[in-house]
Amino acid sequence: MSSTEAATATGVARPRTPAAPAAPTAGTATGSAPRAPRRRPRLGPLLLALPVPVLVLALWTVGVHQSWELPFGIRMGFLPTPLEVGRRLVDLAAGGIVDDAFSGTLLAHLWASTQRVLAGFALAVALAVPLGVVMGRFSLAFRMLEPTVNLARPVPVTAWAPLTLLIIGYGDASAIFLVFLASFFPVLLNTIAGVRQVPVRLLEAAAMLGTRPAQVLYKVVLPASMRSIASGLRVALGLAWVILVVGETVGISTGLGAMITQARDQSKTDLIVAGMVVIGLCGFVADRLLTGLLALVTRRRPTLT
Amino acid sequence: MPRIGTVRPRQPADVRVAGLGKQYPTRSGGSVVAMADVDLDVPAGEFVCVVGASGCGKSTLLRILAGFESASHGTVAVAGAPVTGPDPERGVVFQDYGLFPWLSVRENIAYGPRQARLQRPVVRERTDRFLAAVGLERFADRYPNELSGGMQQRVAIARVLANDPSLLLMDEPFGALDALTRSSLQGELSRIHRETGTTVLFVTHSIEEAVFLADRVVVMAGGASHGVPGHVREIVPVDLGADRDVTSVAFNALKRRIAALVHEEVAAPAA
Repeated sequence: MSSTEAATATGVARPRTPAAPAAPTAGTATGSAPRAPRRRPRLGPLLLALPVPVLVLALWTVGVHQSWELPFGIRMGFLPTPLEVGRRLVDLAAGGIVDDAFSGTLLAHLWASTQRVLAGFALAVALAVPLGVVMGRFSLAFRMLEPTVNLARPVPVTAWAPLTLLIIGYGDASAIFLVFLASFFPVLLNTIAGVRQVPVRLLEAAAMLGTRPAQVLYKVVLPASMRSIASGLRVALGLAWVILVVGETVGISTGLGAMITQARDQSKTDLIVAGMVVIGLCGFVADRLLTGLLALVTRRRPTLT
Repeated sequence: MPRIGTVRPRQPADVRVAGLGKQYPTRSGGSVVAMADVDLDVPAGEFVCVVGASGCGKSTLLRILAGFESASHGTVAVAGAPVTGPDPERGVVFQDYGLFPWLSVRENIAYGPRQARLQRPVVRERTDRFLAAVGLERFADRYPNELSGGMQQRVAIARVLANDPSLLLMDEPFGALDALTRSSLQGELSRIHRETGTTVLFVTHSIEEAVFLADRVVVMAGGASHGVPGHVREIVPVDLGADRDVTSVAFNALKRRIAALVHEEVAAPAA
């Protein structure tokens, strides 16, 4: 029975590599056998993913031209077409098409926003990770601080915005502070959870292997809670871009959120949508960069990424 | 199988347990006596197995010797010094291995020597030696989650031996392994013990395992659920020589005798 199974298995596998002679297969059979026949063209996922966005863009274009009315009172006649948005995006990046105050300013806005996100996010990480470690490790600190943290956490960061503008004033500091607030709680809560879940067994193993108490944090607690901390960082960085648009609404002239606000004041819907696209891409790229950085730092060790 | 080598700067330790008791506080404010009046003397270099039904306190005894828990009564001394906390001189092998999943096999074994701040060539030599001793040279750069249970336990044993312990504490180390892996690891452990001469205290559920490995078998009985604190019922010497045949008559006679001691009802406390 096992011989017939093997025969059908190779029978299925063969047609994929018709050019491959029998000799190499037989030669490497003792080493790493089931590697070779996995060379399928990478077209499948793309073919599957493409139709939906194409359909959405097509419906969007038709809807704008025919001035469709959608639920919620969405009047598509007021929307720019995808083509207009694309034109605006190119002009925003390179200039030379629309030729207005926004032409070729993308890099300036992007850079200003990125700086604010980085500053607020970095500050949040620098404070939330150590605080989370302390709260996760020491039950006295946890019992003293946890109720306060969970009382402060449900207040939406958007609700902080008006107050922030009054007590800090218009400008960079307000935007950075809001990004900081938005990033702080996800990092803190995930760090606490990760540190509290470190298996006691690993702490015992570390102790009986002679780990000095000062090193337990670095040698065991942080590696064992790395995965949880990393997911906190990712959530926080995503939220940082979300809140940036709110933080840049008032009193700031450069930045993607500021750009969208100015576009609204001038009723330039194509510019608004272009700004939305750029911010979405920023969040996506930032997440990829963060995961790449984490993989680099942890050298792709198991349970760390 | 390569030899571990005979260079042993550290002498095996003797263990002296006297009047040891352990009680836990309960939620209602009282306390439960888990273990009482345990006396045990283990001479340096001896291999002692502790058997007994669940809850008899055998793991508690081991954890107190390891320094993970403190004694409520009595004294525990290893190599003449009272136990105050975990120490690399007392290596512990857990049933669930307790390997660091983010370190490779080699890094897990090198962990102790590195913590002891030994010089790099010494760390490397020790790591290689104990990798070879448990036959895992080919898996040196794998991570624990890529290994079978038996291989992970080999890593855990090598990791502890690399610290050159004077006492080896093993808490049902082969309890989660299949029968074949189990018996091959028992053979390896027996050989390692002969070569290192380290004192071993080995807790197990398996009477056959105890008779196969031990110089003496400590039978414990009682426990909080029996209404009698855990205590040492009897210490049975195993005079079967070095190469033991688990099918021999003498081996099985001893197994039966210890099984009878383990399963014998605990005498009810005087009413």
